[in-house]
Amino acid sequence: MLNPEIQFNPKIFTKEIEKISPRDGFGEGLVLAGEMDKRVVALSADVTESVRMHLFKSRFPERFFQLGIAEQNMIGIASGLAATNKIPVVGSYAAFSPGRNWEQIRTTVCYNKQKVILIGSHSGLNAGPDGATHQALEDIGLMRVLPNMSVIIPADSLEARKAILAAVKYPDSIYIRLPREKSPVFTTEQSVFEIGKSQVLWLPEKEEQFSGITIFVCGYLVYAALEAAKELESEGILITVINNSSIKPLDTELVLKWAQKSKAIITLEEHQIATGMGSAIAEFLSETHPLPIKFMGVKDQFGESGQAEELIEKYGLDKKAIKRTVKELLRNL
Amino acid sequence: MKLSQKEIEKISVQIREEVIKMILKAGSGHCAGPLGAVELYTSLYLSGILKHDPQNPDWEDRDRVVVSNGHYAPLVYAILAEAGYFSKEKLKTLRKLGSQLQGHTYRLSLPGIETSSGPVGEGLSQAVGMALGAKLDEKKYQVYCFMGDGEQDCGNTWEAIMAANKYQLDNLTAIIDRNNIQIDGFTEKVMPLEPLKEKYESFGWKVLEVDGHNISEIIKAFQASKSIFVKPVVIIAHTIPGKGIDFMQWEYEWHGRVPDSHQAEMALQQLRNLKGKIKSELD
Repeated sequence: MLNPEIQFNPKIFTKEIEKISPRDGFGEGLVLAGEMDKRVVALSADVTESVRMHLFKSRFPERFFQLGIAEQNMIGIASGLAATNKIPVVGSYAAFSPGRNWEQIRTTVCYNKQKVILIGSHSGLNAGPDGATHQALEDIGLMRVLPNMSVIIPADSLEARKAILAAVKYPDSIYIRLPREKSPVFTTEQSVFEIGKSQVLWLPEKEEQFSGITIFVCGYLVYAALEAAKELESEGILITVINNSSIKPLDTELVLKWAQKSKAIITLEEHQIATGMGSAIAEFLSETHPLPIKFMGVKDQFGESGQAEELIEKYGLDKKAIKRTVKELLRNL
Repeated sequence: MKLSQKEIEKISVQIREEVIKMILKAGSGHCAGPLGAVELYTSLYLSGILKHDPQNPDWEDRDRVVVSNGHYAPLVYAILAEAGYFSKEKLKTLRKLGSQLQGHTYRLSLPGIETSSGPVGEGLSQAVGMALGAKLDEKKYQVYCFMGDGEQDCGNTWEAIMAANKYQLDNLTAIIDRNNIQIDGFTEKVMPLEPLKEKYESFGWKVLEVDGHNISEIIKAFQASKSIFVKPVVIIAHTIPGKGIDFMQWEYEWHGRVPDSHQAEMALQQLRNLKGKIKSELD
């Protein structure tokens, strides 16, 4: 059942649920952040509207910097602005930032310990028709290996809005990973979003009915995991679904608690299996509570052109694949 | 600190001695570049041009100095110690385990260091960010960025050059140590940079060229750079790598080579023979 402690959109699981891209939530949140704190400045590399920074640009033109297609320079400038007590928010497609400017992030932001907020949009297969070059599938790994860098992945547009506001108040640099595609807004204004905290969204009503499978999922795929959980419930299979939006810092207390309750876990992400969210969870659990883990993600491949839903299905990350994986896992336990 | 030209010349020789001793003790590090750039640093830090307070390194209105070529660390440390940021005793610890004097400059380990550097080609971007920050805050401080000529190969450098022009950063002064060497050889063989002056000018910068061992010329260029409006300024300082030590001068092999104790002794002897006076090519 849906976790009764969380305020969900009452339209969840209906066709009427609003679909909005998390980029839009971020763009609105950035304006609010700019109003809240005048140190907030925004930097863009020629994809201002795509990353939804145009709202900030028109509201605070003097605090917006258009730097052209020059992501390495954008990071260095952000570091320099941070050195003068600004809070720079740097936006681009994840394939280019952190894809193209990783060393600048490593040296001038992380090693320098200058707080910069990085927005990586168009991450994952859902970036769709643009094809493999624009579908970042490595960015979680690229960012979570860096000291002084946190990584969060909002699950819908409201979480994205809350994420940027939380990031502005957070003491360290943070990478916020966003999809391109619209997705159902299943949370509400009232739902809690906190950096370092993940949320149990779906769980068995009675613990003795628990099948022993917990899915840790992030970002664009969270809603599909919830739909899969609902359909599995009607087949008598009761699982748990955790929105693991905080990859670094990992909500170790919650991860350990549900690993201990589970016979096996599934990790699900629109990212290479290597170095992704699942790897972060596996690194932690292998030392604290080893158990079987099924990693659902991209298997050392590049993406390709197609509609978001077609790609998610082809690469085996859709609702059907999730249900199939749960059942296979249960058979083999 | 405001010293006379004569005093700066004398200290410039002493700093060369410090650099040789530091690198000898560390057993690794870069020789030729730092030895060739001494006058650029002493002229800025010791002549009274740089607005700074070693007792209050985080002073909000201080001028910012970004060192983009972090392998000049021995020179940076020697000059910061000379200026009073920390005790000269610390210089002996360069590159040792637990030392505040990391092999390449590290912002968090020592006062007076604005940015960590090591990978070249990204200091100018950070300097541009600081200059933009100063403009947003309506602060009057100047941002200085020391660069090598090798890092003019980097695309990132030219991205920053364009951005400085776009935002008309007249509070930014870049200094290029034009010593013509990089690790693999002479810059014009590795990747031709000339005509460097015209390149910068076509990117909207004001270019000043100086003899990088002539202290009065360097000081004049720094003064001029502050009075040029609308445009960022680059000072191309023509220097001799390894300056002051005959067997190191012009030898690109000394970019990252360490003298053995005999070579170091010869080098120190040569520096002592200069009697506190580095001769510029024009003398």
